[in-house]
Amino acid sequence: MTQQTFDLIIIGSGPGGYVAAIRAAQLGKNVALVESTHLGGICLNWGCIPTKALLKSSELYYTLQKLDEYGLEAKNTAFDLTKIVKRSRDIAGQLSAGVKHLLKKNKVTVFDGFGVLAGNQTVKVSKDNQPVVELKSPHIILATGARPRVLPGIEPDGKLIWTSKEAMIPEQMPKSLLVIGSGAIGIEFASFYRSLGAEVTVVEIADRILQAEDEEISAMARKAFEKQGMKILTGAKIAKLEKGKDNITAQIEANGKTETITFDRVISAVGITGNTENIGLENTRVQADRGHIVINPWCETHEPGIYAIGDVAGPPWLAHKASHEGIICVEKIFNIPGVHPLDVKKIPGCTYAHPQVASIGLTEAKAKTEGRAIKVGKFPFIGNGKAIALGESEGLIKTVFDAATGELLGAHMIGTEVTELIQGYAVAKTGELVEKDLMHTVFPHPTLSEMLHESVLAAYGKAIHF
Amino acid sequence: MTIEILMPALSPTMTEGKLARWLVKEGDEIKSGKVLCEIETDKATMEVEAVDEGTLLKILVPEGSEGVAVNTVIAALGEKGETYTSSAKSATPTASPPVATPSAPAAQPLIQQSKQPQQVMMREGRIAASPVAKRIAQERGVNLYAVIGTGPNGRIVKEDVETALSQSSAPQSAAPAVKLPTPAQAIPAAATGPNAKQLADLLGQKYTEVKNSPVRKIIAKRLTESKQTVPHFYLAVDCELDALLAARSELNKKENAKVSVNDAIIKAVALALREVPAANAAWTEEAILKYTDVDVSVAVATPDGLVTPIVKQADGKSLLDISKEMRDLAARARDNKLKPTEFQGGGFTISNLGMFGIKHFAAIINPPQGCILAVGAGEKRAVVKEDKLTIATVMSVTLSVDHRVVDGAVGAEFTAAFKKLIEAPASWLK
Repeated sequence: MTQQTFDLIIIGSGPGGYVAAIRAAQLGKNVALVESTHLGGICLNWGCIPTKALLKSSELYYTLQKLDEYGLEAKNTAFDLTKIVKRSRDIAGQLSAGVKHLLKKNKVTVFDGFGVLAGNQTVKVSKDNQPVVELKSPHIILATGARPRVLPGIEPDGKLIWTSKEAMIPEQMPKSLLVIGSGAIGIEFASFYRSLGAEVTVVEIADRILQAEDEEISAMARKAFEKQGMKILTGAKIAKLEKGKDNITAQIEANGKTETITFDRVISAVGITGNTENIGLENTRVQADRGHIVINPWCETHEPGIYAIGDVAGPPWLAHKASHEGIICVEKIFNIPGVHPLDVKKIPGCTYAHPQVASIGLTEAKAKTEGRAIKVGKFPFIGNGKAIALGESEGLIKTVFDAATGELLGAHMIGTEVTELIQGYAVAKTGELVEKDLMHTVFPHPTLSEMLHESVLAAYGKAIHF
Repeated sequence: MTIEILMPALSPTMTEGKLARWLVKEGDEIKSGKVLCEIETDKATMEVEAVDEGTLLKILVPEGSEGVAVNTVIAALGEKGETYTSSAKSATPTASPPVATPSAPAAQPLIQQSKQPQQVMMREGRIAASPVAKRIAQERGVNLYAVIGTGPNGRIVKEDVETALSQSSAPQSAAPAVKLPTPAQAIPAAATGPNAKQLADLLGQKYTEVKNSPVRKIIAKRLTESKQTVPHFYLAVDCELDALLAARSELNKKENAKVSVNDAIIKAVALALREVPAANAAWTEEAILKYTDVDVSVAVATPDGLVTPIVKQADGKSLLDISKEMRDLAARARDNKLKPTEFQGGGFTISNLGMFGIKHFAAIINPPQGCILAVGAGEKRAVVKEDKLTIATVMSVTLSVDHRVVDGAVGAEFTAAFKKLIEAPASWLK
């Protein structure tokens, strides 16, 4: 078997791995990137991007149903599920090819195969169980990602019980669908299938959906989904799943009662778990804990020279967190001055349902439990001219400030396009702006972004349009 | 209208200081920016500049006063001919308790005073700090001039202020707010053996007492800690200086400069550190810090004791620039006029006693740095070359090494690199 030496080896080419590879290449380093399946990882191929393609189709279809509001008319509106899925797959393919091109342009050497650690400076790559090459480097980044978590009794079979992957490529539209779990993934699929007409039931074990979000936003989201006809059961659990020939019967315990409902399909979206197995961790001092690799703020593992980034290194499970960790990790390895560890309170999170949900930093409740004196600003979409013109007047932008310092502690939003708005506050948090800076910022009219301004003003009792 | 000038807080932790010297006298016309007086803290002497203009009506705290609490009124400005009548805040020059006035608790920095914001300048100019950092500093009473920023382009960010605050709340009497490895806790007097004063009194030995200056106390604390806790080892090597001396004379003649052998040693050390970056490092329990920049501290003797101004990024500077910078630093070090940023930090120290004819010595490591180079005198010695006895100018240097940071082989690699540079200066001494 041939042996090759690199300045850096990265295992996994998702948004953590490929970004880290390109950054290291920019620094003039000789980088090896090992990928067993497809360039771009889950994000590009089976996650963020293809689901956004699906959701665009369902959103348009949803809009078609209310064309009348806009003075438009269309007859015989319908959708072709095969074409919707094909579009999503084509987009994933296009982006994966894009990553391939970027890596080539940056002279990153890509190895097609499965990488396994064989000691602290060696990665053995194999393809179809045949050894391909042995790679050597003083620095190895593990960016192997994660996969759907499996709960006993709800094991996905790819046919009746789906994971996100099967849910992305349906051959037929299920008439009724049970979604287990109401995190971002569960809610996005629930929204997609509901918009296309499926009867959707969401079962959540906690007392509210989108648990990571601010309570008020979470309650508004629930109301919006229920208004669309989604059935939501919280504080509920699946007592039993019984598979039929082409359907599945669930016993759902909620509020002390047990309901038995039959569904066409079930989507299990109960979280994810890191890909820590079979990658040779046992040949090193790297430690894994409950499905993820243990790292310090510099993404360093217990084994000097081995690093972990992204989903395999634990939550928050977000592509942009993985990418940012990749850059921090690489710059730290190669001694670039001015590198700072990632602050999770500065990472925005987005859910692309209809309506969209986006947030950053502390929720109101969390800020209170930290014992801070806070100021809370709220601005509803109904107070924004652009939102009304768009026919999207439902939603809210909420800001939480530290009363003493004027620091923006958190921001929470629900409504159309809020996933595109949240970064305004991300910039404010990273630049450590205070309320006055935001108040003095000029926002263009008429835009949805004006609500970012108004929410800040509202926190200090100065909102103009509400 | 009378404007009261208050004792400034020069660091977030400062509660009192010594008013070392007045540079103006009563009746003087004061223009904004004029240096009024010098304040001495445990760290440095700093100048206080006027923000407001007017006639200096009265000096309320005489120079030489020690233990002047922060926010004590030290002088008053006003219209010409006006007489100063003390406001509620009475001046208590010496040993005033930290809480001097009910309305303005002690240890509040100037930034918080609405009347005369930023009365004190350390001649550092505008502070780059994030809005949140500024706000927290204002709320919590942190003097941003004493905080080192770690954000983009050295901007002070929230974390830096919080670090300064946590350091100042630590049970340490003189913790600096600057983000530097702090010299350990004070060594209790009892730990240093029998009290010399008690013993002398007991035995009737005669003596005079020279009061310890703040600088002297810091030196004592840091060096005791270093010698007691850092596992030192020593590497000595002889370097022939003839080529260097010749190159230096030529350079000085050509450039009409005054480059010293010590300047050349600074440059050679910097270049050797670039070759062996492992020697430019410090120990922490979690990790060895390998400094990115080559910042060379140079020990300078002052009437008060030793200070170590830093030639920053010395590897990238020309010898002439190093020479100029070092002359300026040494002069200001002797006048006690260095800014904290000019002597705190550094990655490696040079201590040169060659001018005193010392042949060889071993220095105590300047923590948290990992190495210090002790430089002896260049003298003519008999050396053996190609089996023949001949004369060469030889200088002995001794590297003291923290074994936790740098192992013997790495230390030897550094001394070898240094020797090679000193003996073959053609490539760099120009």
